[in-house]
Parts: sequence; C-alpha cells; structure tokens
Amino acid sequence: MEQFIQLIITGIVLGSIYALVALGFVLIYKSTSVINFAQGEFLMLGAYICLQMVVGFHIPFWIAFFLTLIVCAIIGLLIERLFLRPMIGEPIISIIMLTIGLSSVIRSIIAIFWGTQTKVFPQIFSEKPIHITKHIGISEVYIYSIVFAAIFLGIFTLFFKYNRSGIAMRATADDQQAAMSMGISIKKVFALAWCIAAVVAAVGGILIGNINGINVSLSFYGLKVFPVVILGGLDSIGGAIIGGLIIGILENLCGGYLDPIIPGIKEVAPFIVLVFILMVKPYGLFGTEEIEKV
Amino acid sequence: MEYGVCGNFKETYEKDMEIYQTKFHKFCLYGFLVLLYIFPLFGGKYLLYVANLMAIGVIGAIGLNILTGFAGQISLGHGAFIGIGAYACAYFTSNLGMSFWIAMPLAGVVTAVIGMIFGIPSLRLKGLYLAIATLAAQFIIEYIIVHWEAVTNGVLGKMVDSPHIGSFAFNTDKSYFYLSVTIAIILTIFAKNIIRTKTGRAFVAIRDNYIAAEIIGVDIFRYKLYAFAISSFYAGIAGSLWAHYLTLITPEHFTIGVSIEYLAMIIIGGLGSILGSIFGAVFMIALPEFLRFISGVVSQSYPAIINIFAALREGVFGLVIILFLIYEPKGMAHRWNLIKAYWKLWPFSY
Repeated sequence: MEQFIQLIITGIVLGSIYALVALGFVLIYKSTSVINFAQGEFLMLGAYICLQMVVGFHIPFWIAFFLTLIVCAIIGLLIERLFLRPMIGEPIISIIMLTIGLSSVIRSIIAIFWGTQTKVFPQIFSEKPIHITKHIGISEVYIYSIVFAAIFLGIFTLFFKYNRSGIAMRATADDQQAAMSMGISIKKVFALAWCIAAVVAAVGGILIGNINGINVSLSFYGLKVFPVVILGGLDSIGGAIIGGLIIGILENLCGGYLDPIIPGIKEVAPFIVLVFILMVKPYGLFGTEEIEKV
Repeated sequence: MEYGVCGNFKETYEKDMEIYQTKFHKFCLYGFLVLLYIFPLFGGKYLLYVANLMAIGVIGAIGLNILTGFAGQISLGHGAFIGIGAYACAYFTSNLGMSFWIAMPLAGVVTAVIGMIFGIPSLRLKGLYLAIATLAAQFIIEYIIVHWEAVTNGVLGKMVDSPHIGSFAFNTDKSYFYLSVTIAIILTIFAKNIIRTKTGRAFVAIRDNYIAAEIIGVDIFRYKLYAFAISSFYAGIAGSLWAHYLTLITPEHFTIGVSIEYLAMIIIGGLGSILGSIFGAVFMIALPEFLRFISGVVSQSYPAIINIFAALREGVFGLVIILFLIYEPKGMAHRWNLIKAYWKLWPFSY
C-alpha cells in the first residue's frame, strides 16, 4: 500500500511536469492549429539559457529565471516571425515538417554551443524531502513544479475566458477568416501564442533540468508529451493538466509493478494507452469534436 | 527531336493517362535507364554505396508517398515499418533458412498486414490525431524490436547473409546495385500504375475530400487500409533490401529519425508525385554525403569543425527542410515541371 501511494505521488509530480510541457502544445494548437514538434527543444533551450546565466554569468537563480523567460519570449516571437508566418495557409503536414526541421536546428545549435554532455544546475532547491506522512516524502523541486502547473492553469483559464487577447486567440482558433473580419490581428495572435508557448516550455525545462540535469535527451520530453495532449484533447487546457497527471501516474505504476515482468514497458505504456484511447474517443477526453461539411 | 504541342489537345481519357506523353519523353526515360545500368561500370565503390542507399530510399519514399501524398494519411511510423520488413526478412532467411527471393516478398506481405493493423485507427482518426497514432506505432514497434530478442536479437543486432542466385552472391556494392535498382524500377512502375487505376483515384478522392468521396461511393475504410497495406508493403521491401545490404541490422536503424527522414523526402520531393519521391529520396540521401564532403574540405583549414560536425549536419538538415518548405512548398517535382514547361516553349516562352 505504501509503495502504491508513493508511486501515485511521484506519478502526480512527474505528471505535473508533463502538464507544463503539454500546456505549451495546447496553447499553440488552440490558437494557431499548428502542432509543435519542437516543444521539447524549446524546453531544452530554456534550460540551457538559464544554466548559462546561472553558471556562466553568475546571476542569482531567481533573476536568471525571469531573464530566461524574457529571452525565451523573444525567441518565440522570432521563430514565429521567421519560420511560421510564411507557412500560413500551407497544409498540416508541411507545418508539422517545419517544426520538425526547427527542432533539429535548435538541437544542433545547442550541441554546438553547449556540447552533448549532461550538465547540472548548482543546488537551488533543497534536497531534503518534505514529508507528507511519515514514510512518504517529495523533494522541493517537485512541489515547485506542481505549484507552477497550478498557477499556469489558473492564469490561462482566466486569460482565455476574460482577457481580450485570450478571447481573440480562441476566436482565431475557431475560424481565422471570421476572426479577421471582426478586426482581430491574426499575426499578433500567432506571435503571442508562440511567445507564451516558449515561456511555458522554458519553465518546464528549468524545473526538469533541476531534477535530472540537462542534456540533449531532454528534447525527448517533447515526444513523450504527445500521449498527454492527445489524452486530454489537443485544444483543452484542463485536458492537458489532467492528461499529464493520468499519464504520469500510469507511467509510474507501470514502472513499479510491470517493469519487473516486462522490462522497459514504462516507456511505451503511455503510447499503447494512447492508441486505445484514440480508438474510443478520437478527440481525446476534452477535445472539441470537429464537425465537417463537404 | 520531336517538339511537344503548345496546348492540351488530348481527346480521350486514355490519351490523358498515358505515361509517355511524347516520343521524346519515352526516349529520355529509356536513355536514363540505360545510363543507370551502365553506371556501375564507371562509378567507384563509394558512389555505388550511395547509389544503393538511394535506390532503397526511393522504394521507401514511394511507399510513404502513396500513403501520405496520395491518400492523405500522415504517417510518422514509416521507419518502424521498414524495420518490420528488415527483421521479418532477416528472420525468414537466417532462422528459417528460406531463400531471399521468397523471403523478401513474404516480408513485404508481413509488413503490409501489420501496417493494416496500425491503419485501423484511421477509420476514426484524421489529420493530426492520426499522425500521432502512427507516432505511437513507431514507438511500440521500436520497443518490440528491442525487446523481442528471440526474433530480433535485441540491441546486439542481427546478422544477415547476402542474397544469392545459385552460386552467385550479391555481396559487392556493384552486384547489389543491379538488384536494388531493378527492384526499385519494378516497384516504381507498379506505383505509377496503381495511381492510374480505380484504387489510385479513390486514394486521391479520400485525400481531397473524404466526405465527398464517401458520397460518390468510395468505401473509405477499405481504401485507407489498402493505402496502409501498399505503403507498408513498399516499406517491407525497402527494409528487406536494406537488411541484406547492410548484413547487420540493429534497432538503431529504424528509429523515429528514419521516419522523419522519409517524411522529409516526400515533402521536399513533392507530395502526391512518384517522380517527387525519387527526387526527394535522392536529395535527402545525397545531402549528408555532400555535407561530409564539404566538412572534409573545410576541416583542412579549420580542424575544429570535426568536433561539431554531427551537430552541424543535423542543423543543416533541419535548415534545408525549413528553407524548402518556405521557398519551394510544392516540392522539387513542381519545380521540375516548371523547368520542363520553360524549355518546352524556349526560346519563345511568352
């Protein structure tokens, strides 16, 4: 029983990180209908920039953290302006391919600047686990990741519901032409979406970097997050969070109970579940069903 | 030389569907084939090695283009399907002692069946959701390849013999070139003809508007499965050829990176074009070799470049894809047609 609870709790914290990464995906998809295969690389880029500031330039962590967010916001804007804007109106597959191309460019830039060895952040969060009950504890960095996921969830839910830009983003996602005719600047909406996605990814990247250290394999999180977004529905923010938690718990339970019997099942279990979910609910748990006409 | 007419004067469907639009066209094509077959007499070992990879790449790319370019079903799992073909063929020849000539088509069929199984979700899924379901297929198959050690020998890799007829073995780059190119040509002709038949037109109808296709009586699910089956069959053949060319296959050869590379081939070459698949495959396989050559030249003056070469190659790979998508979104096949159209009316191209 104790093992079960421990697995669930580590699952929740892992899931909250997935949720953070998935948020960036969903934000971009929700407002621009683009699926971003470079999300994992955004994550990595954020982590490396923060690392560079802390270790290379000796900036205190929390200042570096906010500077990183600003830098990533600018990078997000640049990427949208340079690469995504010329692609407006192209078929989905071309845009998918473009983000894949983008991901290898970012990976290569990172490898050239920082090399491929694993790097670690200096100790920022306390190592000492915080005890919930007598035997079950979580380390501090996990608490932060849950807190950040919760904060972002709150902010974005309100943002999309009440803020003018948020509503404009939703309108754009729904129907670009109609949105344009209502006087919404699509370009601004797209720029904003990429900007936010880069920032959210950077937060995720810095947190993961503090847990596992940073290396090129961090970008794999970008692929791991697909089951999460699909489970929750590609355009649902709440779905991203819930999907993240479910996949996180599932992965941990599989790791804990099935791994001794079937080695390595932990890595593919989310994908197997993903296929079955898609068979039953093709738009995920909370995704909007598309209604199509000839 | 025969000049093409300036307008479109075709009066029958047969005329419009012809492969050889003019005699000059036919002449060029046969000329190219002849050149292809005498190429090994002049090409060195390295050139033949690259040419073999290209021929195998062409088969795989045509397969993916039938699924993604013609039937409109995005697949991110092509690399894994190639892996199934490779391991199936390797298993048939090494473990069951079958002849390569039976094992290869059989491996194609096995891959086609597995492709159809993974194609079943396409009944309900469209666009991005399907793309991600095929991504799941990629990871699941990769996992099975690594862990089903009785068949695949896991991460250690599996040894395969070179194919042979009687006592003649296709174990040199030169002899293998004839094998891979011949199969590539046969499969290209086959693909070209598939898309001219009812099946091919059904694929295009599903791609362009699946609801309209259903209304005019195309059985969508059946044709989507056909598309998956044909595409996977091509992947299986490409995999078999690749396995028997490399003679040692490991799971590393069939990762998500391979799937992406094939997708890049058909997008750069031109979606929905057999010629485009060929251009794309040749280009994407020549590109890394070209970069290696360039870095070899540059490293003589800047030795430091060797260390970052792998990273640099990946970056250039990505950049080329991006630039192609932005500046040549319809692919190389489209540009080729424009060039042909220009010369058709030269020097009076007004």
